[in-house]
Amino acid sequence: MRVILNGAARDVDVLSVEGLVEQLTSARRGVAVAVNGEVVPRSSWPAARLCDGDRVEVLTAAQGG
Amino acid sequence: MLGESRLILGTGGAESLAALEAAIVASGTDLVTVALRRVDAAGPGLLPMLDRLGLRILPNTAGCYTATDAVKAAHLARDAFETDLVKLEVIGDERTLLPDGVELLRAAETLVADGFRVLPYTSDDPILARRLADVGCAAVMPAGAPIGSGLGISNPHHIRLIRDSVDVPVILDAGIGTASDAALAMELGCDAVLIASAVTRAADPARMAAAMRHAVEAGRLAYGAGRIPRRYHALASTSDEGRPAW
Repeated sequence: MRVILNGAARDVDVLSVEGLVEQLTSARRGVAVAVNGEVVPRSSWPAARLCDGDRVEVLTAAQGG
Repeated sequence: MLGESRLILGTGGAESLAALEAAIVASGTDLVTVALRRVDAAGPGLLPMLDRLGLRILPNTAGCYTATDAVKAAHLARDAFETDLVKLEVIGDERTLLPDGVELLRAAETLVADGFRVLPYTSDDPILARRLADVGCAAVMPAGAPIGSGLGISNPHHIRLIRDSVDVPVILDAGIGTASDAALAMELGCDAVLIASAVTRAADPARMAAAMRHAVEAGRLAYGAGRIPRRYHALASTSDEGRPAW
Protein backbone atom coordinates (compact mmCIF):
# COMPACT_ATOMS: atom_id res chain seq x y z
CA MET A 1 0.00 0.00 0.00
CA ARG A 2 1.26 3.44 -0.88
CA VAL A 3 0.43 6.54 1.20
CA ILE A 4 1.59 10.14 1.06
CA LEU A 5 3.44 10.46 4.34
CA ASN A 6 4.44 14.01 5.34
CA GLY A 7 4.35 15.06 1.72
CA ALA A 8 6.29 12.14 0.18
CA ALA A 9 5.01 8.91 -1.36
CA ARG A 10 5.88 5.90 0.76
CA ASP A 11 5.15 2.17 0.57
CA VAL A 12 4.00 0.88 3.94
CA ASP A 13 3.27 -2.61 5.21
CA VAL A 14 1.28 -1.56 8.27
CA LEU A 15 -2.47 -1.28 8.33
CA SER A 16 -3.17 1.18 11.15
CA VAL A 17 -2.19 4.74 12.01
CA GLU A 18 -0.69 3.34 15.22
CA GLY A 19 1.61 1.06 13.23
CA LEU A 20 2.74 3.89 10.99
CA VAL A 21 3.51 6.21 13.90
CA GLU A 22 5.54 3.45 15.56
CA GLN A 23 7.76 3.25 12.48
CA LEU A 24 8.48 6.96 12.65
CA THR A 25 8.98 7.74 16.31
CA SER A 26 9.04 6.03 19.67
CA ALA A 27 7.57 9.16 21.29
CA ARG A 28 3.88 9.28 22.06
CA ARG A 29 3.48 12.53 23.94
CA GLY A 30 3.76 15.47 21.60
CA VAL A 31 2.74 13.55 18.48
CA ALA A 32 -0.39 14.30 16.44
CA VAL A 33 -1.77 12.75 13.26
CA ALA A 34 -4.04 13.97 10.48
CA VAL A 35 -5.27 11.73 7.66
CA ASN A 36 -6.68 13.40 4.55
CA GLY A 37 -6.86 16.67 6.45
CA GLU A 38 -8.82 15.30 9.41
CA VAL A 39 -7.41 14.98 12.93
CA VAL A 40 -7.11 11.38 14.11
CA PRO A 41 -7.12 11.52 17.94
CA ARG A 42 -4.52 9.37 19.65
CA SER A 43 -7.17 7.11 21.19
CA SER A 44 -8.26 6.19 17.64
CA TRP A 45 -4.82 5.34 16.24
CA PRO A 46 -5.03 1.54 16.78
CA ALA A 47 -8.41 1.31 15.09
CA ALA A 48 -7.77 3.83 12.31
CA ARG A 49 -7.17 1.85 9.08
CA LEU A 50 -4.96 3.26 6.36
CA CYS A 51 -6.08 3.15 2.75
CA ASP A 52 -4.10 3.31 -0.46
CA GLY A 53 -3.48 6.94 -1.39
CA ASP A 54 -4.17 8.38 2.07
CA ARG A 55 -2.42 11.64 2.84
CA VAL A 56 -0.96 11.26 6.32
CA GLU A 57 0.66 13.98 8.39
CA VAL A 58 2.58 12.92 11.50
CA LEU A 59 3.56 15.98 13.51
CA THR A 60 5.46 16.79 16.66
CA ALA A 61 6.83 19.67 18.71
CA ALA A 62 9.23 22.03 16.98
CA GLN A 63 10.75 25.31 18.08
CA GLY A 64 8.39 28.16 17.34
CA GLY A 65 7.38 31.48 18.81
CA MET B 1 -2.45 31.02 33.23
CA LEU B 2 0.31 33.61 32.80
CA GLY B 3 2.64 32.15 35.41
CA GLU B 4 4.38 34.02 38.18
CA SER B 5 7.07 35.44 35.91
CA ARG B 6 4.62 37.20 33.55
CA LEU B 7 7.09 36.32 30.83
CA ILE B 8 6.18 33.79 28.17
CA LEU B 9 9.12 32.67 26.10
CA GLY B 10 8.82 31.72 22.44
CA THR B 11 11.17 28.89 21.52
CA GLY B 12 11.58 29.87 17.85
CA GLY B 13 14.86 31.14 16.49
CA ALA B 14 17.31 29.50 18.91
CA GLU B 15 20.58 28.22 17.43
CA SER B 16 20.62 25.05 19.50
CA LEU B 17 18.62 23.25 22.15
CA ALA B 18 21.38 23.97 24.68
CA ALA B 19 21.22 27.71 23.99
CA LEU B 20 17.45 27.58 24.25
CA GLU B 21 17.58 25.74 27.56
CA ALA B 22 20.02 28.28 29.02
CA ALA B 23 17.74 31.13 27.91
CA ILE B 24 14.63 29.47 29.34
CA VAL B 25 16.29 28.95 32.71
CA ALA B 26 17.63 32.52 32.80
CA SER B 27 14.21 33.95 31.89
CA GLY B 28 12.50 32.37 34.88
CA THR B 29 9.48 31.51 32.73
CA ASP B 30 7.26 28.50 33.25
CA LEU B 31 5.30 28.80 29.99
CA VAL B 32 6.84 28.40 26.53
CA THR B 33 5.44 28.27 23.02
CA VAL B 34 6.03 25.42 20.60
CA ALA B 35 4.94 24.76 17.03
CA LEU B 36 3.75 21.54 15.39
CA ARG B 37 5.81 20.38 12.41
CA ARG B 38 6.38 17.14 10.51
CA VAL B 39 8.36 14.64 12.64
CA ASP B 40 11.11 14.31 10.04
CA ALA B 41 11.72 18.09 10.08
CA ALA B 42 11.17 18.84 13.76
CA GLY B 43 14.20 17.05 15.19
CA PRO B 44 14.11 15.23 18.52
CA GLY B 45 14.74 16.50 22.01
CA LEU B 46 12.67 19.65 22.36
CA LEU B 47 9.73 18.24 24.28
CA PRO B 48 11.81 16.02 26.60
CA MET B 49 13.89 19.11 27.50
CA LEU B 50 10.80 21.23 28.19
CA ASP B 51 9.30 18.40 30.27
CA ARG B 52 12.54 18.00 32.23
CA LEU B 53 12.40 21.70 33.14
CA GLY B 54 8.79 21.29 34.29
CA LEU B 55 7.44 23.88 31.84
CA ARG B 56 3.90 24.33 30.62
CA ILE B 57 3.39 24.26 26.86
CA LEU B 58 1.59 26.89 24.83
CA PRO B 59 1.18 25.46 21.31
CA ASN B 60 0.92 27.94 18.46
CA THR B 61 -0.75 27.78 15.07
CA ALA B 62 2.15 29.47 13.28
CA GLY B 63 2.07 29.30 9.52
CA CYS B 64 -1.74 29.26 9.22
CA TYR B 65 -3.32 31.76 6.83
CA THR B 66 -6.98 30.75 7.17
CA ALA B 67 -9.36 30.14 10.06
CA THR B 68 -9.92 26.58 8.80
CA ASP B 69 -6.20 25.74 8.90
CA ALA B 70 -5.70 27.37 12.30
CA VAL B 71 -8.62 25.48 13.84
CA LYS B 72 -7.21 22.22 12.50
CA ALA B 73 -3.73 23.04 13.84
CA ALA B 74 -5.19 23.85 17.27
CA HIS B 75 -7.00 20.52 17.44
CA LEU B 76 -3.82 18.65 16.46
CA ALA B 77 -1.89 20.56 19.11
CA ARG B 78 -4.44 19.73 21.79
CA ASP B 79 -4.16 16.05 20.91
CA ALA B 80 -0.36 16.18 20.92
CA PHE B 81 0.26 18.24 24.05
CA GLU B 82 -2.84 17.54 26.13
CA THR B 83 -3.50 21.22 26.79
CA ASP B 84 -6.50 23.35 25.92
CA LEU B 85 -4.28 26.47 25.70
CA VAL B 86 -3.55 27.70 22.21
CA LYS B 87 -1.70 30.70 20.87
CA LEU B 88 -3.92 31.41 17.88
CA GLU B 89 -2.06 32.87 14.91
CA VAL B 90 -3.80 33.50 11.62
CA ILE B 91 -1.36 35.38 9.47
CA GLY B 92 -2.53 37.75 6.77
CA ASP B 93 0.61 38.49 4.84
CA GLU B 94 4.05 36.89 4.50
CA ARG B 95 5.93 40.16 4.46
CA THR B 96 4.54 41.69 7.66
CA LEU B 97 3.31 38.50 9.36
CA LEU B 98 0.55 40.66 10.80
CA PRO B 99 -2.70 38.94 11.75
CA ASP B 100 -5.73 38.65 9.46
CA GLY B 101 -8.37 40.05 11.81
CA VAL B 102 -11.37 38.58 9.99
CA GLU B 103 -10.00 35.04 9.90
CA LEU B 104 -8.64 35.41 13.45
CA LEU B 105 -12.01 36.32 14.94
CA ARG B 106 -13.70 33.48 13.06
CA ALA B 107 -11.13 30.94 14.28
CA ALA B 108 -11.28 32.26 17.84
CA GLU B 109 -15.04 31.88 17.97
CA THR B 110 -14.85 28.28 16.75
CA LEU B 111 -12.07 27.30 19.13
CA VAL B 112 -13.77 28.87 22.16
CA ALA B 113 -16.87 26.81 21.30
CA ASP B 114 -14.63 23.72 21.02
CA GLY B 115 -13.46 24.26 24.61
CA PHE B 116 -10.07 25.86 24.02
CA ARG B 117 -8.53 28.64 26.10
CA VAL B 118 -7.68 30.87 23.18
CA LEU B 119 -4.82 33.38 23.29
CA PRO B 120 -5.02 35.22 19.96
CA TYR B 121 -2.06 37.00 18.41
CA THR B 122 -3.79 40.17 17.24
CA SER B 123 -2.95 43.61 15.92
CA ASP B 124 -2.85 46.68 18.17
CA ASP B 125 -6.43 47.54 17.13
CA PRO B 126 -8.46 48.12 20.33
CA ILE B 127 -11.76 47.31 18.61
CA LEU B 128 -10.58 43.94 17.31
CA ALA B 129 -9.12 43.16 20.73
CA ARG B 130 -12.51 43.86 22.30
CA ARG B 131 -14.28 41.68 19.75
CA LEU B 132 -11.86 38.82 20.54
CA ALA B 133 -12.53 39.22 24.26
CA ASP B 134 -16.28 39.36 23.56
CA VAL B 135 -16.25 35.97 21.81
CA GLY B 136 -14.60 34.43 24.88
CA CYS B 137 -10.84 34.53 24.33
CA ALA B 138 -8.90 33.92 27.55
CA ALA B 139 -6.51 36.80 26.80
CA VAL B 140 -5.57 39.08 23.93
CA MET B 141 -2.05 39.33 22.58
CA PRO B 142 -1.51 42.52 20.59
CA ALA B 143 1.62 42.95 18.50
CA GLY B 144 3.86 45.83 19.51
CA ALA B 145 5.38 45.64 16.02
CA PRO B 146 5.77 42.89 13.38
CA ILE B 147 7.14 39.51 14.51
CA GLY B 148 10.92 39.45 14.67
CA SER B 149 11.24 43.15 13.80
CA GLY B 150 12.59 44.26 17.17
CA LEU B 151 10.98 47.66 16.60
CA GLY B 152 9.46 47.84 20.07
CA ILE B 153 5.96 49.16 20.67
CA SER B 154 4.88 51.23 17.65
CA ASN B 155 1.70 52.56 19.17
CA PRO B 156 1.83 52.64 22.99
CA HIS B 157 -1.42 54.57 23.12
CA HIS B 158 -3.28 51.70 21.43
CA ILE B 159 -1.81 49.18 23.85
CA ARG B 160 -3.12 51.29 26.72
CA LEU B 161 -6.52 51.57 25.02
CA ILE B 162 -6.62 47.79 24.68
CA ARG B 163 -5.76 47.39 28.37
CA ASP B 164 -8.66 49.70 29.22
CA SER B 165 -11.18 48.06 26.88
CA VAL B 166 -10.99 44.35 27.82
CA ASP B 167 -11.40 42.44 31.07
CA VAL B 168 -9.06 39.60 30.09
CA PRO B 169 -5.26 39.61 30.41
CA VAL B 170 -3.34 41.61 27.79
CA ILE B 171 -0.09 40.03 26.67
CA LEU B 172 2.23 42.09 24.49
CA ASP B 173 3.32 39.72 21.76
CA ALA B 174 5.82 40.45 18.99
CA GLY B 175 8.03 43.44 18.31
CA ILE B 176 10.05 43.55 21.51
CA GLY B 177 13.71 44.20 20.73
CA THR B 178 15.34 44.81 24.06
CA ALA B 179 14.64 45.04 27.78
CA SER B 180 13.26 48.60 27.80
CA ASP B 181 10.53 47.53 25.35
CA ALA B 182 9.42 44.80 27.76
CA ALA B 183 9.46 47.23 30.67
CA LEU B 184 7.36 49.72 28.68
CA ALA B 185 4.80 47.03 27.86
CA MET B 186 4.39 46.31 31.56
CA GLU B 187 4.27 50.03 32.45
CA LEU B 188 1.43 50.41 29.94
CA GLY B 189 -0.51 47.89 31.98
CA CYS B 190 0.09 44.67 30.07
CA ASP B 191 -0.27 41.59 32.24
CA ALA B 192 2.58 39.75 30.57
CA VAL B 193 4.84 39.76 27.53
CA LEU B 194 5.63 37.04 25.02
CA ILE B 195 9.18 37.22 23.72
CA ALA B 196 10.92 34.98 21.22
CA SER B 197 13.36 36.52 18.71
CA ALA B 198 14.60 39.28 21.03
CA VAL B 199 15.98 36.55 23.29
CA THR B 200 16.72 33.61 21.00
CA ARG B 201 18.43 35.74 18.33
CA ALA B 202 20.37 37.98 20.74
CA ALA B 203 24.15 37.56 20.68
CA ASP B 204 23.92 36.14 24.21
CA PRO B 205 20.40 34.69 24.59
CA ALA B 206 20.75 33.69 28.24
CA ARG B 207 21.94 37.16 29.24
CA MET B 208 19.13 38.81 27.29
CA ALA B 209 16.64 36.42 28.89
CA ALA B 210 17.83 37.54 32.32
CA ALA B 211 17.52 41.18 31.22
CA MET B 212 13.93 40.54 30.10
CA ARG B 213 13.07 38.88 33.40
CA HIS B 214 14.28 41.94 35.31
CA ALA B 215 12.59 44.32 32.84
CA VAL B 216 9.22 42.63 33.20
CA GLU B 217 9.51 42.68 36.97
CA ALA B 218 10.62 46.34 37.01
CA GLY B 219 7.89 47.41 34.59
CA ARG B 220 5.20 45.63 36.56
CA LEU B 221 6.40 47.19 39.83
CA ALA B 222 6.48 50.64 38.24
CA TYR B 223 2.97 50.18 36.85
CA GLY B 224 1.65 49.34 40.29
CA ALA B 225 3.68 52.07 42.00
CA GLY B 226 1.87 54.91 40.24
CA ARG B 227 4.24 57.10 38.25
CA ILE B 228 4.38 60.87 38.73
CA PRO B 229 2.52 62.98 36.20
CA ARG B 230 4.49 64.50 33.32
CA ARG B 231 4.99 68.26 33.80
CA TYR B 232 5.88 71.02 31.35
CA HIS B 233 8.13 72.82 33.81
CA ALA B 234 10.39 71.69 36.61
CA LEU B 235 9.25 71.02 40.14
CA ALA B 236 12.04 71.39 42.69
CA SER B 237 12.65 68.35 44.82
CA THR B 238 14.44 70.42 47.47
CA SER B 239 12.34 72.75 49.58
CA ASP B 240 13.03 76.49 49.65
CA GLU B 241 12.08 76.56 53.32
CA GLY B 242 15.09 77.33 55.54
CA ARG B 243 17.28 78.30 52.60
CA PRO B 244 20.17 80.48 53.89
CA ALA B 245 20.70 84.03 52.62
CA TRP B 246 24.29 84.51 51.44
